[in-house]
Amino acid sequence: MSADQTQLAFDWSCRIMSDNGCGFPAPGLHSFLFKPLVEVGGFEFNKVMLLALITTGLVISFFYAAFGKAKVVPGRLQMVGEAGYDFVRRGIVYETLGKKEGEKYVPFMVSLFFFIWIMNIWSVIPLAQFPVSSIIAFPMVLAAIVWIIWVSLTFKRHGFVGFFKNVTGYDKSLGAVLPLVMVIEFFSNLLVRPFTHAVRLFANMFAGHLMLVMFTVASWYLLNSWMIPAAGVSFVMTMVMILFELFVQAVQAYVFVLLACSYIQGALAEHH
Amino acid sequence: MIANLVQLAAEEEQNPLVPPGPELLVGTIAFAIVFFFFWKKLLPNINKVLEERRAAIEGGIEEADAMKVEAQSVLEQYKAQLAEARHEAARLRQEAQEQGAALIAEMRAEGQRQREEIIAAGHTQIEADRKAAASALRQDVGKLATDLAGKLVGESLEDHARQSRTIDRFLDELEEKAEATR
Repeated sequence: MSADQTQLAFDWSCRIMSDNGCGFPAPGLHSFLFKPLVEVGGFEFNKVMLLALITTGLVISFFYAAFGKAKVVPGRLQMVGEAGYDFVRRGIVYETLGKKEGEKYVPFMVSLFFFIWIMNIWSVIPLAQFPVSSIIAFPMVLAAIVWIIWVSLTFKRHGFVGFFKNVTGYDKSLGAVLPLVMVIEFFSNLLVRPFTHAVRLFANMFAGHLMLVMFTVASWYLLNSWMIPAAGVSFVMTMVMILFELFVQAVQAYVFVLLACSYIQGALAEHH
Repeated sequence: MIANLVQLAAEEEQNPLVPPGPELLVGTIAFAIVFFFFWKKLLPNINKVLEERRAAIEGGIEEADAMKVEAQSVLEQYKAQLAEARHEAARLRQEAQEQGAALIAEMRAEGQRQREEIIAAGHTQIEADRKAAASALRQDVGKLATDLAGKLVGESLEDHARQSRTIDRFLDELEEKAEATR
């Protein structure tokens, strides 16, 4: 997939009412493509990958600074880190899986939450201004890991027959509709669920980014002649969208981890 | 499943649901590093500290409880000592009072006794003096009366027995008179 030229060559002179007669450079799918920064042996390393790696670096360095030399009497940074850690541990994992079963999954869920959150936050960070999770590959990888954990855990807990009973929602009392329910449940649990798990995060970030780009570009595009007030409205909308996106970014990270926990909880639950 | 989606998505040009391969790889690596650090290093680190803190807080509470118990016992001890001291003071006061009263009573008895002694000695002395005076007076009066009577009668009352009897009679008469006038 090569980078789209329309996105890469942003025409600064393109304004409404200008005589060069160019149209509104609307954002679109091309806004999600990037020219490779470097190319090593056919491997194209682009901005999104760089942001993903910086995310890793940021999350690790923040928590290393907070927890690396953790003290019983915490400093400010450690307090903030502990608050975040506690939020995921108590607020999500213990709530859904319980303390006994959940403890094992705390490291996974904590890293999942902060990794996704920072990936999302890039959306509103100047210069970066691109949510890493709006590239489907990243949510997909994470959803796949959750899916693998869920499937293997269900096998381990319930055995081969138990796995199918669990996945198909086997229930004798359903009678005649049981086969239909089993087919639907099978597809729902095994195929649709990981897909929606990934797409929920992806689509939210994708749409958010489109909106932000739209209002940002419009603010510049409208900044001419008597349309300047409209540019002001567009700019205010950009600000509003940034605040809204900050909220959505945190919520989507939370939802992704919460769903991951609830899937695992389904695997741990006894089959009725 | 992913392969299916990839095929489905690939039919359209630039489908955002088709995951680009390199990104999948980078995403996996990026997350794996985060997870590894959290799992192996950072969370065990903070969990240890949280556990220590919990223990410290619990230890602090236990220590505070122990101090409270100790303070309570010290307070009780102090109160007991105070009560004992009060009791002792009251006892001493009582004793002193009793001793004082006894002393006063003794002194009073002694004074009384001495006074009576002095009075008795006085009485005895007066009685003795009176007797001596009476006896001396009697002799003198007898002699004077005898002399006087001798001179008047002109006859010496040489007969001692008679003389003495007369004198006695005279004196008894005098005494009787004195008794009667009194």
